Amino acid sequence: MLEDLILTVLMTSVPLVYAATGELVVERSGVLNLGVEGMMLMGAVAAFGVAMVSGSLVLGVMAGAIAGMLTASLFGILVLGFATNQVATGLALTIFGTGLSGLAGAPLIGKAIEGLPQISLPVLSDLPLVGKLVFSHDLLAYGAVAMVAVVAYFLKRSRAGLVLRAIGDNHDSAHALGYPVLGVRFAAVLFGGFMAGIGGAYLPLMLTPHWAEGMTAGRGWISLALVVFASWMPWRVLVGALIFGGITIMQLAGQAEGWTVPSQFLSMLPYLATIIVLVLISRNRDFALANSPACLGRAFRPGK
Amino acid sequence: MINLVPRKEIPLRLTLTTTAVAVGLTLLAGAGIFGILGYDPLAALYQFFIAPVSRGYQVADLFVKACPLIIIASGLVFSYRANVWNIGAEGQMILGALFSGYVALYWGGMPAPLLLPVMILAGVLGGLAWAMIPAILKTRFNTNEILVSLMLTYVAALFIDWTVRGPWRDPMSFGFPLTPMYPDAGLIPKVDLPVIGRLAQLHWGVVGALVLSLVAWFVLRRTMVGFQVKVMGDAPRAGRFAGFSPALVTVLVLAISGGAAGLAGMVEASANIGQLQPNISFGYGFTAIIVAFLARLNPLGVIIAGLVVALAEMGGDSAQIAMGIPKVVTGVFKGILLFMLLAGETFNRYHVELRLPGAAARAAAAKETGGA
Amino acid sequence: MNGSSRPTTPSQGTPLLAATGICKRFGDFTANDEVGFEIAAGEIHALLGENGAGKSTFVKMVYGLLQPDSGQIMWRGEPVTIRSPQHARDLGIGMVFQHFSLFQALTVAENIALALPPGESLEDLSARVRKMSAEYGIGVDPEARIHNLSVGEQQRVEIVRCLLQDPSLLIMDEPTSVLTPQETEQLFDVLRRFSKAGVAILFISHKLEEIRALTQRATVLRRGRNIGTVKSASRSSKQLAEMMVGTSVGDIDRQARPSDGTVALFAVTGLDRAPETPFATPLRGLSFAARAGEVLGVAGIAGNGQDELMEALTGEWTGRSHGVITIDGQCITREGPSRRRQLGIGFVPEERNGHAAVPGMTLSDNALLTAHSLGSMVDRGVIRNSVTRQMAAEVASAFDVRLPQENPMASALSGGNLQKFVVGREISRRPQVFIVSQPTWGVDVGAALFIRRAMLELAASGSAVIMISQDLEEIFAISHRVAVLHDGAISAPMVTADTTAETIGLLMGGSVPLDNAGAGKGDAA
Repeated sequence: MLEDLILTVLMTSVPLVYAATGELVVERSGVLNLGVEGMMLMGAVAAFGVAMVSGSLVLGVMAGAIAGMLTASLFGILVLGFATNQVATGLALTIFGTGLSGLAGAPLIGKAIEGLPQISLPVLSDLPLVGKLVFSHDLLAYGAVAMVAVVAYFLKRSRAGLVLRAIGDNHDSAHALGYPVLGVRFAAVLFGGFMAGIGGAYLPLMLTPHWAEGMTAGRGWISLALVVFASWMPWRVLVGALIFGGITIMQLAGQAEGWTVPSQFLSMLPYLATIIVLVLISRNRDFALANSPACLGRAFRPGK
Repeated sequence: MINLVPRKEIPLRLTLTTTAVAVGLTLLAGAGIFGILGYDPLAALYQFFIAPVSRGYQVADLFVKACPLIIIASGLVFSYRANVWNIGAEGQMILGALFSGYVALYWGGMPAPLLLPVMILAGVLGGLAWAMIPAILKTRFNTNEILVSLMLTYVAALFIDWTVRGPWRDPMSFGFPLTPMYPDAGLIPKVDLPVIGRLAQLHWGVVGALVLSLVAWFVLRRTMVGFQVKVMGDAPRAGRFAGFSPALVTVLVLAISGGAAGLAGMVEASANIGQLQPNISFGYGFTAIIVAFLARLNPLGVIIAGLVVALAEMGGDSAQIAMGIPKVVTGVFKGILLFMLLAGETFNRYHVELRLPGAAARAAAAKETGGA
Repeated sequence: MNGSSRPTTPSQGTPLLAATGICKRFGDFTANDEVGFEIAAGEIHALLGENGAGKSTFVKMVYGLLQPDSGQIMWRGEPVTIRSPQHARDLGIGMVFQHFSLFQALTVAENIALALPPGESLEDLSARVRKMSAEYGIGVDPEARIHNLSVGEQQRVEIVRCLLQDPSLLIMDEPTSVLTPQETEQLFDVLRRFSKAGVAILFISHKLEEIRALTQRATVLRRGRNIGTVKSASRSSKQLAEMMVGTSVGDIDRQARPSDGTVALFAVTGLDRAPETPFATPLRGLSFAARAGEVLGVAGIAGNGQDELMEALTGEWTGRSHGVITIDGQCITREGPSRRRQLGIGFVPEERNGHAAVPGMTLSDNALLTAHSLGSMVDRGVIRNSVTRQMAAEVASAFDVRLPQENPMASALSGGNLQKFVVGREISRRPQVFIVSQPTWGVDVGAALFIRRAMLELAASGSAVIMISQDLEEIFAISHRVAVLHDGAISAPMVTADTTAETIGLLMGGSVPLDNAGAGKGDAA
């Protein structure tokens, strides 16, 4: 029972890890994309549709990632090419993605994917106790942890990561040094879409084997909160996702057990926790200066 | 590459042109999407934008639908002009409905003429109180208002859900998550003119919304309050130098936008629903953001923008009924419209020069060979 | 124009860099008009001109940040199109920017790595930085984060960063504007050593003495055109200045020294202010007083507390402090800007765009900006447009503000015209006390002259004028007394006529403690 519960917590947090890690890279480059929810939904519907038609999980996930990237590219063109307001454009992306995914997914409602192979590590997952917890996940779950590690290494150790952080810190200086500010940001935005797309794909492929309109149910927004919660540090995203996922599951479990605390109040916890973390971060000016990207949300125009 | 050169002046004609082009391109894109999905594009556009208002009473309904959008967007204009990003109007609207609903449901016994005014006050206070949370956190701790106001929207939605399923549920509702009906004195009356009679569902809240946006226009354009808001948004340092308080302006615009959203919640519940239910708003708070931008952050424009967006909402219903097009297509329209408007705004503010990669080098090369 | 600007010294063989007929336009503004320029290997060559003369635009094209609309750049005799700063660095062109291009959240080593070709580990790079800083006596810690460094230290990081790229042409954009005279000398020593080693140095400045001291040749730009290239030593500062501004430089007659007995109109006592950000300079117990009828100059190098002081004087900052500020004996320490204006103080902060004025608003709205608390413009919260428009028009005509149309947006005015407007907006109210920071920064000579005259007239009429300025020439041109701001502390005021630029320079650089200032002279005055 407890094992199952923990397993569910882990699975619930997987899409959050993908989407938030992607958004973290976007924000580190100095761009605020509020359209995560829209990109996740586009990823989800594309993944479900392709997986259903092709019967292939891999193709489904790839379709989700590509759909996420295409959606993100729309945002990138407007925000980077036309220097539009990032807040408004991100909101528009969510509204657009929610609508278009619903439209494209209308024929998929009520369908289910049958017999998709579960990819897990066969021998290890049969180990007693830890076996089920540690090894009986789908590859996407491991992929989530791997992506966090890759992003952490990329940002901290790699040259390209240094350039990306520099652009998020001071785009004018980066431009003066000859770094392609808009190009790097566009790549970051695409990566954000890629990750949100995979996060979205996880929902209809792994968590609930069907498609429903707006099935992300606010996970895109939670991911945005998670980036702040993690104060732009990749490994903290992982921890935060587990906490947020845990709260979600606790509330479902609580409902089943007939807890006296109404489920709505448990559901509020991730949002309230994010607000508290936001306050804590904002209060500490030094910390905020060293960690939050200074150019976040500011448009850049080359040539003055 | 796209090269942007700022304009020194923005002529009004340009603004109107880009808006018209944005709307036109949205329709074109919409027709394209309908075509791809296998619907007759013209018929779909007809169902979307003309059928919903082809009869007189439907025009009245359009105004009813636009009413909360106009009220909320009139307030949001202040917030966005001051560069304060309140995107939690949805939650503030819910709180307005809750506060005014409490008055209607539990203090309904007060003298009848008093009930509506007190409800209005409560509604405004509810939205305002909810908006004060991001306001205080921003002014005290410099906390990002976008994320806080957004998070609070989810909290508000969960809270009203609990309220109408729990303590406020009507015992006679057969298990539905509904409160009892408001007393009659707590319902905003329909417009009932001496000669013409009633105009479909048109209620006095609509008239109030129109007056409100006129007042908002005057305040923003002609008063010191509006001047402070605009200066703070354009050049916060100049605002401080002028002697304006950034904290005060932040609190003020969040109070105005939150109060307006709360009022919209009160009006919606009292004029259209008559009780509280889990879904008071249906996303009006988010849609109003589009309305505010479509109006180019001008309160008078908000009226027209509110009607246009409301038309798209009604069009969604109409197209679903007549042609079986999923209602979510409204979202696609709203999204594309906002994209187009934002890009249009760029054309307003800048000379946009499109350059293909390498074009500069090629031009130089051509010149060289030409000169040789 | 390029044809006429033949170099006056024959350079050995082909020049390192030669530009001919360079044109660059921004919209309808021509920043560079047929500019020609040559620099030889090992030469130190000045690019001289006023703000807005097109110096920055030109070097940005040499460094690949901008592309010329027409014209030809030759590098070592070969025509090149410098596509990007990366390309410029590959060619061997390095640049130190006037406004630092450092990344505040990153470390010194990371900042330097960003300017070098990839491949070197941060550890190896840190070692090289330590070695080089030891070699040249430039103290730089590769592990430090930029936002913890002082302005001077940040410039050293910039220079080390450039030197590690081993450039054959080094462009320096007004490098001395943030340095003390002594630091400037050190920098010049380093530059001369590089010149001997064959590195060409393109040195941008508008400081004439520096150019004569350091450079071999000077190319003068005026309104985007090349006025000529001369041997620096062959011309006097006055001749160079005339080439730069086009007309003979008018002198201002300083008004008679105000009588010694006049009372202090505006006084600051023991003003201190804790830094609120890592970049801020704390104020340390500032005390000074301005008398009726005088211009009190506050000299100092940028970043020594000017912004913090100005904010405390305007009332934009009224935080925790032990200090007391009084006007005419009345305490205004806790009052905001509006109340201070009501008591007869006028302010003009350093930055025109976004601080003294709102660029996107009309002049009438910008008139309202600092006059809304002074009576006639607002009636029960409603703005009286006729009054604001009238005032804007009056200021414009009285202060020779040239308007492209009636009541234009502030952004439609040139720098000099907007500065005349924001100064005129305050002076036309005849304030008892007028406090201004950098009154003629980046404006043309004509406008500067106009503004300085207006300030002197205001003082002569019995007001006190406090002028914070980084421009020593300006301080000596119009202030009756001068105090020096260094590291958030201020010296006692000295009578300008009794002091020298060298004395002030030493105080500005902190080489002499501030409490030695004037040794009694200032107080005796």
